[in-house]
Amino acid sequence: MTPEELAEIAESERVAQSRFTQRVNVCVAAGCLSCQSQSVKDALDREANRRDIKDHCQIKGVGCMGLCAEGPLVSTSSGVLYRKVQAENGAAILDSLGGQPVSHLVCRTDTPFFQRQKKIVLENSGVIDPERIEDYIAGEGYSALIKTLTEMTPREVIDQVTKSGLRGRGGAGYPTGLKWSTVSKSVGTKKYVICNGDEGDPGAFMDRSVLESDPHRVLEGMLIAAYAVGASEGFAYVRAEYPLAVKRLRTAIRQAERVGLLGSDICGTRFSFRVDVRLGAGAFVCGEETALIASVEGKRGTPRPRPPYPAMEGLFGEPTLINNVETFASVAPIIRKGGEWYAQIGTEKSKGTKVFALAGRVQNTGLVEVPMGISLREMVFEIGGGVPEGRKFKAVQTGGPSGGCLPSDCLDMPVDYESLAQAGSIMGSGGMIVMDESSCMVDVAKYFMDFCMTESCGKCIPCRVGTYQMHRILTAIGNMSATQQDLKMLEELCDLLKHTSLCGLGQSAPNPVVSTLRSFAEEYRAHVEEHKCPAGVCNAQPGGETE
Amino acid sequence: MSPVASVKTLKIDGRDLSGRQEETILDVARQNGIFIPRLCEMEGLSDVGACRMCLVEIKGQNKLLPACVTTVEEGMEVTTNSPRLEHYRRMILELLFTERNHVCSVCVSNGHCEMQMLGQRLGITHVHFPYRYPQEDVDASHDRFVIDHNRCILCTRCVRVCDEIEGAHTWDVMGRGINAKVITDLNEPWGSSETCTSCGKCVHVCPTGVLFEKGRSVAEMLKRRQFLPYLTLMRKENE
Ligand SMILES: Cc1cc2nc3c(=O)[nH]c(=O)nc-3n(C[C@H](O)[C@H](O)[C@H](O)COP(=O)(O)O)c2cc1C
Ligand code: SF4
Ligand code: SF4
Ligand code: SF4
Ligand code: FES
Ligand code: FES
Repeated sequence: MTPEELAEIAESERVAQSRFTQRVNVCVAAGCLSCQSQSVKDALDREANRRDIKDHCQIKGVGCMGLCAEGPLVSTSSGVLYRKVQAENGAAILDSLGGQPVSHLVCRTDTPFFQRQKKIVLENSGVIDPERIEDYIAGEGYSALIKTLTEMTPREVIDQVTKSGLRGRGGAGYPTGLKWSTVSKSVGTKKYVICNGDEGDPGAFMDRSVLESDPHRVLEGMLIAAYAVGASEGFAYVRAEYPLAVKRLRTAIRQAERVGLLGSDICGTRFSFRVDVRLGAGAFVCGEETALIASVEGKRGTPRPRPPYPAMEGLFGEPTLINNVETFASVAPIIRKGGEWYAQIGTEKSKGTKVFALAGRVQNTGLVEVPMGISLREMVFEIGGGVPEGRKFKAVQTGGPSGGCLPSDCLDMPVDYESLAQAGSIMGSGGMIVMDESSCMVDVAKYFMDFCMTESCGKCIPCRVGTYQMHRILTAIGNMSATQQDLKMLEELCDLLKHTSLCGLGQSAPNPVVSTLRSFAEEYRAHVEEHKCPAGVCNAQPGGETE
Repeated sequence: MSPVASVKTLKIDGRDLSGRQEETILDVARQNGIFIPRLCEMEGLSDVGACRMCLVEIKGQNKLLPACVTTVEEGMEVTTNSPRLEHYRRMILELLFTERNHVCSVCVSNGHCEMQMLGQRLGITHVHFPYRYPQEDVDASHDRFVIDHNRCILCTRCVRVCDEIEGAHTWDVMGRGINAKVITDLNEPWGSSETCTSCGKCVHVCPTGVLFEKGRSVAEMLKRRQFLPYLTLMRKENE
């Protein structure tokens, strides 16, 4: 593939698309598929065939449009979005093209949920057909790769990424440019690039959605990274529970190989790169980079102490760049538009946009991409549409089992790495769960501790036994059978795990407890001293002390 | 390796010491008679940094680092003991005592157990956390050896010695978190293991009374480990 050939594909695809004066996009990402969007698409196809309008009306399967809870979602070239569409609505939707929309299905898009978003990672989601490379190329796809290969040195690529201020989206927020630079400087006989798509946080589905909706974007990011650090082989590690994401990524790899964007001597240069898909072993801890590497090597997926960091000694002992799906998905636009452009978005230390999976007690749940620095209040009350049924907001949980619960006095805080950490939570990979007064914070802490206890790999003692003991104490608090002594022990264990566990799982497992102890101490006290659950969630169990 | 091995000078507990660049803090401390508690580390085996007993403080680092896997660096200032470290070590050991059934008075390793000795050394007289009292298996199917999972601390020394020194790879770890356990072959009885050569190495590196020779009763199981430094030395010379 030469740059000219790429331009040709893009041009002929654009010409082909311009034949269509009407278009109906049906979301075929996992959320909508699970509510039968495939039958909606089939019905639209059948109806369009029957009417013989397929020469000018395109029915296209696209990726996630964000408002997954309202699925199946369908959008049309007249700029109308339909929600909860059923197969039998197909004819009415085709009738409406160019005329009056089908009013009972219309989903308003002039709301903050759509208007407040800024789409960079998700720019193609819900727009292109994730199973066609031509559609990706027509929208400037792979132009960033061509640009790096033909116009930029590896150093210049790293400089742009550094300038952009992009930080890892897998949780820890490590500066991406710095990581690339370290790997590029590390010496090895071979280097690897790994894409971390293990996404194990309960409730998180950002990475799945990106892989399902726009897999080529991730490949392009990996290719650019490989060129920058000097790697020749890559692995995409995706959860086995994401069959559709795996299928679309594999399709994308095959397509890219076919047109010569993956393989040997890419674009007539001496750069060669291959990507293999590996399926996650199903454990949360396998998302931790050293455990993930062990798992790719065919070993038991447990973390090992760092240093040495994967950048120096990673896969098979060689320098390895490991980044998250969303991190890679942010790269192509940065190269296309420049690091400075990206750095204008966001806050001083947290640049660009972040994709969140908004869930829990808000009107609008789904996937949103927002500029860093947006306030939690805007997230919950504008984009999320506030708490339903007139209930009162209580807390927002970010960062999943490694994160914390932020109370209402944190609402005006900007969403960026530093602010969240300072308030006792973390950015994490982008899960955001809103809770109202019907949630008990002890119960929430117990839920996450149960998760950490079950997912602990068992290698180090503080995490293996500590999560068990903490879970026991939280269960006792919930049963109203805990004592002041237990509370003190709980706090001691929080401190122990944070400072002595081997990997991030154990080190951050106390976060949900620490943050709820900090902001909702009164609730713990009520359970322990008055044997009462203010939210009415926990019940005294037989055997526990009751009034 | 270069003929001039790179030597680093560092301070451990205020003492000026030196070590080769590939040596760990624990290596250098041991050479100089400085005690750092350890449970998973064993000279001659690879290091896993799992038990966290050997965590030390390093000046200028806000994270505690495991001495068994942290290599020495020029100008490093290490503190191996402090009230904070002692507090954490005691807690970790207490947690370990609650995990399975460590009834020392009836154990074959009573008096020779590394965990028991550490407990004494750290002055543990009372465990604050409640005990789990799990029901663990005892497998006596092997002709010569027994495994009593009730006392396993999951240090994985057996796994490593069998794989790295004996080359049999009989042992492995199965399960996650609190349910993790060591297994022989594909979780079959040790006695029917196809890979075990009955060399006994695992028995002798086991820090507690999990693995023992048949016919030993309370307090009788002495561990012989002289073979380890010898074998690893031989290996290094052959490299
Ligand atoms: C217990 C644990 C689970 C993790 N799971 C994931 C995951 O599912 N996906 C991910 O990208 N990073 C995960 N991470 C973070 C990775 O270790 C690593 O930091 C990340 O992949 C680096 O990519 P980034 O710099 O692009 O964020 C996890 C870390 C820990 C400690
Ligand atoms: S902190 Fe937990 S998950 Fe991480 S190594 Fe230790 S036991 Fe395994
Ligand atoms: S006796 Fe030897 S071969 Fe058998 S399990 Fe133990 S170390 Fe492995
Ligand atoms: S059997 Fe002994 S050596 Fe093996 S993991 Fe358990 S305590 Fe360690
Ligand atoms: S899956 Fe269809 S809108 Fe998200
Ligand atoms: S001896 Fe260092 S962690 Fe076990």
